[in-house]
Amino acid sequence: MSDAKQIFIKDATLNAADGDQRAFIRKALGGYYVNRDLQKARYRDWERARDAASLAKWTAVNDLANQLEKFTANFERNGGIVHWARDSAEARAIILKIAADVNAKAIVKSKCMTSEEIHLNDALEKAGYGVVESDLGEFIQQLRGEPPYHFVFPCMHVKREAISELFTKHLGTAPTDSPEELTMIARRHLRQLYVDADIGITGANFLVAETGQISITENEGNARLTAALPRIHIALSGIEKVVNRLDDLAVLLPMLATAGAGQPMTCYNTLYAGPRKPGECDGPEQFHLVLLDNARTRLLADPEQRDALHCIRCGACLNVCPIFKNIGGLAYGTTYQGPIGSVITPHLRGLKQWNHLSSASSLCGACTDACPVRIDLHHHLLHNRRNAMKQSPSLFDRVFHAGFGFVMKRPALFALGGKVFLATLPLLKKLPLPYMSAWLKTRDLPVAPPKSFRDQWKDSAHG
Amino acid sequence: MADARSDILARIREALTVKAPKPHFKAEATAGQPVKVAKPWLPDGGETLDASLLILAEQLAKLKAVLIRVPDEAAAGQAVADLARAKAWKQVAYHGAPLVRPVAAALPCASWEADASFEKQKLEGCDASITSCESIVAQLGSILVSSASSGGRALSILPHVHVVVARVDQVVPDLATALAQLQAEHGAQMPSMLSFITGPSRTGDIERILVLGAHGPKELYLVLVG
Repeated sequence: MSDAKQIFIKDATLNAADGDQRAFIRKALGGYYVNRDLQKARYRDWERARDAASLAKWTAVNDLANQLEKFTANFERNGGIVHWARDSAEARAIILKIAADVNAKAIVKSKCMTSEEIHLNDALEKAGYGVVESDLGEFIQQLRGEPPYHFVFPCMHVKREAISELFTKHLGTAPTDSPEELTMIARRHLRQLYVDADIGITGANFLVAETGQISITENEGNARLTAALPRIHIALSGIEKVVNRLDDLAVLLPMLATAGAGQPMTCYNTLYAGPRKPGECDGPEQFHLVLLDNARTRLLADPEQRDALHCIRCGACLNVCPIFKNIGGLAYGTTYQGPIGSVITPHLRGLKQWNHLSSASSLCGACTDACPVRIDLHHHLLHNRRNAMKQSPSLFDRVFHAGFGFVMKRPALFALGGKVFLATLPLLKKLPLPYMSAWLKTRDLPVAPPKSFRDQWKDSAHG
Repeated sequence: MADARSDILARIREALTVKAPKPHFKAEATAGQPVKVAKPWLPDGGETLDASLLILAEQLAKLKAVLIRVPDEAAAGQAVADLARAKAWKQVAYHGAPLVRPVAAALPCASWEADASFEKQKLEGCDASITSCESIVAQLGSILVSSASSGGRALSILPHVHVVVARVDQVVPDLATALAQLQAEHGAQMPSMLSFITGPSRTGDIERILVLGAHGPKELYLVLVG
């Protein structure tokens, strides 16, 4: 059993038994379901809008090399500087080099899951830079020393009392149980940090090939401040974030907001084309973009699951997933939690270590229904199970499947097996079988028919 | 060893030699412009200006942004001056656009034009900012500001209150129209920042409870002239 699997089983078991925490998460998501449905109802045809969103991403991802070349040429024409990183280490090295070149001291960051993926904060802190997360949820998680619980709602599992204590401890503020007052504490604390920071680091939600702009979606305004006040702006993005045309955003931006947070549109959707231009009164002197592969091309090479790269990171699949709601985001042990994380993590970090996430699903398909770009999420979990079976089957898998195949190919043996099963069915309840006994303690077995289907068929007029 | 750029592009080209199935979509949209086909599927932005204005008013109210309709520029100045008095603003920064200057001149408090370079700290100390905008999207209640039309990047995000002064004819039905207009107007020379502002800054990070004014303005006013 992989280490990751052992930790996952332990954490998932603990969290699933925590009824209070599960109720808290369900309550926190309650408002989201109502608002999402209200916003979806404003679409004149939500299902077809999903087709359009899906096609927009398909078109870009299936022409990725050309679109990236077009995007980077336009980005550079706008005055930006592009860096390419094959993996996490290269991306970290690029950003550290920029920081050293511009003599930076303080760095302010807005929410960027790609930076979690490459463990950027650790690297920057080890190199002696002060790094502050400015998104309220990320700021709280940074103070807690914990990774995000949900890639859109990073601290949705933390109760206000705990946040109040955290702020008292780290910022010296008076305790309060008002979410508004807690938000204002963070607001006051972070304002000066934007003004003082040398570098602002952001993510990117979309890279627009035809104009060379990057699009950033956020609610709080922290990304806008991060890209406005420091003298250097660095954006970090996966290579798959490209869209071909600016007007693709007319579908993708509202759908991202509605699917992800039940909003008509996220509060700030901002397009950046280069650093401060001549005649503009503020903005950074330099605008760097780090484009990260980090095994995305491995996922791209699998045409069956290529659509997982269409993901716009809205988080809708997490919000509806019964597994996520019961085991919580931290149990996954991944940068990207929930169904999309279970699909892509085995590609990004290795199927052998991470295939157990494919089984952390009831295959109910709620994720696939919720996905605004129609990623076939729950089937991809099945694809990963199949691929893992082909790549490195366990002893149980091999014996079980060989036996199953052997019996299924021999009708006589199959019929005999059926008879034996019928005859021994009542024993199931009496024998101390692993898993089965606990399940059957409070449940009755179905009453077996006196004759098997095969026998009934033989006796009927058809036989 | 090849550089990272050529390496990554080569990996992508190699990966894409095997085709993936195309998603289901209405046949006529295969020209690669899904948005043109998708327009009638998205939320309604209104067929006429009057219909758009109704939708806009409804959206802004839901977003907790305040819409102030005034007949002319003098009335706009009056409305913002009333606001400044009611909220006891001491200092306001503004963008020197033709529509904004007369409004700023009517203010009962100190004000300064933020179009030349300025001290960040001074802007942080302002109670409010007044800017113009590129367009207003009725469909979503979004106000499109840019570094060109709204005095740079910080003016519309750093002060605690943001007031936008715009003409009624700047209202467009939907996001697709706003984006097409941008491209027609700026072409390849886009302002370095363009932002669709949809209501005052907000967060739900604490127990998913909505709080306004996370980092950006807590209050957003749209003064529509005409």
